[in-house]
Amino acid sequence: MSTADVAHDDHHHGAPTGWRRWVFSTNHKDIGTMYLIFAFCMLIFGGLMAMAIRAELIFPGMQLLSPDVYNNIVTNHALVMIFGAVMPAAAGMANWMIPLMIGAPDMALPRLNNLSFWLLPIAAFTLVTSMLAPYLLDFGTVDTGVNTGWTIYPPLSAKVGASMDFLIFTIHVLGISSILAAINIIVTILNLRAPGMTMMKMPLFVWTWLVTAFLLILVMPVLAGGVTMLLFDRHFGTSFFDAAGGGDPVLFQHLFWFFGHPEVYVLLLPSIGVLGMVIPTFSRKPLFGKTSLVISMAILMVLGLIVWAHHQYTIGMSLGTVTYFMIGTILISIPVGLMVFNFIATMWRGAMTFETPMLFAIGIILMFTFGGLTGVMLAVIPADMQYHDSMFVVAHFHYALIPGALYGLYAGVFFWLPKWTGRMYDEKLGKLFFWTNVGGFNLTFFPQHFLGLAGMPRRIIDYNVAFTEFNVMSSIGSFIFGISHILMLYIIIKCVKGQGEKATDQVWEGAKGLEWQLPSPPPFHTWATAPTVK
Amino acid sequence: MENGMKRLLSFAALIGLVISTPVLAEYGLNFPEPATPVATEIKDIHNLTMIISTVLLVIVFTIVFYSLFTHRKSRGFEPDQEFHKGTFGKWSWVLVPVTVLGVDLTIADSAQSVLEKVWIAPNEEMIEIKVVGHQWWWEFVYLTEGGVKVESRILSKKDLADRGQPENLYLRAVDNHLKLPVGKNVKFLHTSDDVLHAFWVPALGMKKDAIPGYIQETWIDGIYKEGIYRGQCAEMCGTKHAFMPIVVEAVSEQAFATWIAEKKVARDKAIAEANSNKTWTKDELMAKGKTSYDKKCAACHKVDGSGGGPFPKLAGSPMATTGSIADHMNIVLKGKGVMPAWASSMDDLELAAVVTYERNAWGNDTGDVIQPKDVKASR
Repeated sequence: MSTADVAHDDHHHGAPTGWRRWVFSTNHKDIGTMYLIFAFCMLIFGGLMAMAIRAELIFPGMQLLSPDVYNNIVTNHALVMIFGAVMPAAAGMANWMIPLMIGAPDMALPRLNNLSFWLLPIAAFTLVTSMLAPYLLDFGTVDTGVNTGWTIYPPLSAKVGASMDFLIFTIHVLGISSILAAINIIVTILNLRAPGMTMMKMPLFVWTWLVTAFLLILVMPVLAGGVTMLLFDRHFGTSFFDAAGGGDPVLFQHLFWFFGHPEVYVLLLPSIGVLGMVIPTFSRKPLFGKTSLVISMAILMVLGLIVWAHHQYTIGMSLGTVTYFMIGTILISIPVGLMVFNFIATMWRGAMTFETPMLFAIGIILMFTFGGLTGVMLAVIPADMQYHDSMFVVAHFHYALIPGALYGLYAGVFFWLPKWTGRMYDEKLGKLFFWTNVGGFNLTFFPQHFLGLAGMPRRIIDYNVAFTEFNVMSSIGSFIFGISHILMLYIIIKCVKGQGEKATDQVWEGAKGLEWQLPSPPPFHTWATAPTVK
Repeated sequence: MENGMKRLLSFAALIGLVISTPVLAEYGLNFPEPATPVATEIKDIHNLTMIISTVLLVIVFTIVFYSLFTHRKSRGFEPDQEFHKGTFGKWSWVLVPVTVLGVDLTIADSAQSVLEKVWIAPNEEMIEIKVVGHQWWWEFVYLTEGGVKVESRILSKKDLADRGQPENLYLRAVDNHLKLPVGKNVKFLHTSDDVLHAFWVPALGMKKDAIPGYIQETWIDGIYKEGIYRGQCAEMCGTKHAFMPIVVEAVSEQAFATWIAEKKVARDKAIAEANSNKTWTKDELMAKGKTSYDKKCAACHKVDGSGGGPFPKLAGSPMATTGSIADHMNIVLKGKGVMPAWASSMDDLELAAVVTYERNAWGNDTGDVIQPKDVKASR
């Protein structure tokens, strides 16, 4: 993308050419681009799996899939979306934007950067191997495929064949990749800021990534430890999670959710950071309450680390323990509420225009608030005993994660696409994409609340006819939601090919910050001499 | 699917009409009608948090939409660059958390008494039922009623037709109901024989996981009225997770006592038969074996032993023909991979019958006859 303008680089070597440019890349922009392309491929892969799930559930009866294939797709949809789509996309944006925003010439550890990206395709390969293992590889045992859901709870996960081992390997590789990327981001932010760029002057996106990176380093090793114990139980005769050998199946759940709950914030925070860039730009007004946003994030991180067991209210903890987890969980609404409030206050008395990134930002505020409120409902244990493992939960976390994480990334893509490619995207098509996408999303997930309340469990391949109507609606919505992404791909390809109006350096009228002082697209090397921030 | 289409069409027709409450009730927009006082309280808590959430949502939407329509560039609104510096800007970081905390505490406070009530069963005499999750059926043991045991398995569409029950109950109907007397407190002790399961009947308003090695308790404080309450397994338990429904049948105290008495007689007869030390003929074992096989094994291995998917074919398989009886018995007793262990849920006679049947049915014709005492020896 940024090959066209290398004229500025005469004092430095230019972009390498051919495959070496990508495979050996240590350039933050190229690696960022590769992250984003990888993430989009995984989004399509995970999306196709989601549409397969909804196609199966459109009517009662088993029309397309067998139970194990269905369960396997449910499992891999989650893993691919979380580890393949959302996290790499956020990491791609971090790679692209953090050095530009803080006035650094590149990431602090460029070779590590290369490694943390190239581990991802390896992980994707082993994940696909895990899916295909039951059909391609014969290890002499019956292999149902990973039919456990992404939470891979033992004892069920101990009974699965070799496909589970491939999945455990995949999780390890992904974990290493995430930790390396997190280390790189922390080192970059703490060491490579331009003179005058104090911590509190850093753009919100940089702040959110700093917190995210610390969270990743804190929780990824716990998941890695958990799945390693699972691997030992499966092959080396230990009984960490086997009650018959003196172990405890619930221990795995605690380890998993000690990772799993903070992981939600790992997915969410970079997108909150994008919101913190987009809303002030299109409201033409400074971010409201930046200090309190940063403090809220820190509180959110700490609270996020100590409320994990609200995912397991039904495992039978003592009354005191569950009361603690209930109150802790409800308290999360304080930092999140303050964040949402600050964004609304940024819009308030601004002069708003409604380009695609801003539409997504407003969509996030409205729909994420809704997802957050069902989260408060879920925290209340007596009622959660009804919601737990029902479609209500499925609806809730998709309302939290699609607006909270995915729409933040979409806002970021449209916000920075002109900067990355040097071309304005087609605003009309962008708006069309927003409306079909948001319409499809709501049609998919809103009816699922009712299904859950009426008693439909999650992760079932077939359901009683009483649940038909809302499932039909949900499936139709999911097809609209899924297919709308072709439009997004088309819009991006048009920009990459250099079609469309040329973007100015500042791109957006209200845009402020170092990244908007660079040309669009920025040259291969930027900020070789650090700017001074006043 | 046809049934689904019919309902869909009727639903589409309804959208055109004014939506009235009875219609909404039919399509399940909220929890089902609670069947016990505790479930009623739980539904009240749910309604309260839902109302609070809705009010907050309306407030947020109103403010955002007001701003969207008023503070826009196209209307010539000048941005207020000093907004964040005013009194409101200075103190909002205190105001907002305090307000949210107030809402939070209201919710937590109203939930606490219900939580305490549902979480710990009162220390008094009540009917106790052990609920054991199996792949993929439920076992209910009436501990306080002399250990009467009920095994509960899904009814296929054909079973429903044979029993004259409507097809639309498929996935919500079982062969043997969990019978409970109305108006009595009942304590459930949840555990599992293999992987995680969860006993969930929405109208009873509680759910806990069945975890191997754990015993967890839930309780209900008296079902209001006689009737059928349906639910299903709510924790991912493998291939047939969608196919293990639960049906609770609330009956009068009188009817419950009679039913328990009948169950005891039947059970004593079965125990006497199994312990009779008699040498069974092949035909007797084959007949018993077919009954048990069709009920317990055919869900995966199929009635004709043809298997499918991850479940191995038994007809003509080396395991059930040329392989040794000991190995065959071992797999049935202890399980293997996806196959659950049956040692604890079948007695010697039943196991002998099933293995005999598997080694002689569908053209396997080994002529092997396994006696209960052989099973006892290989346990």
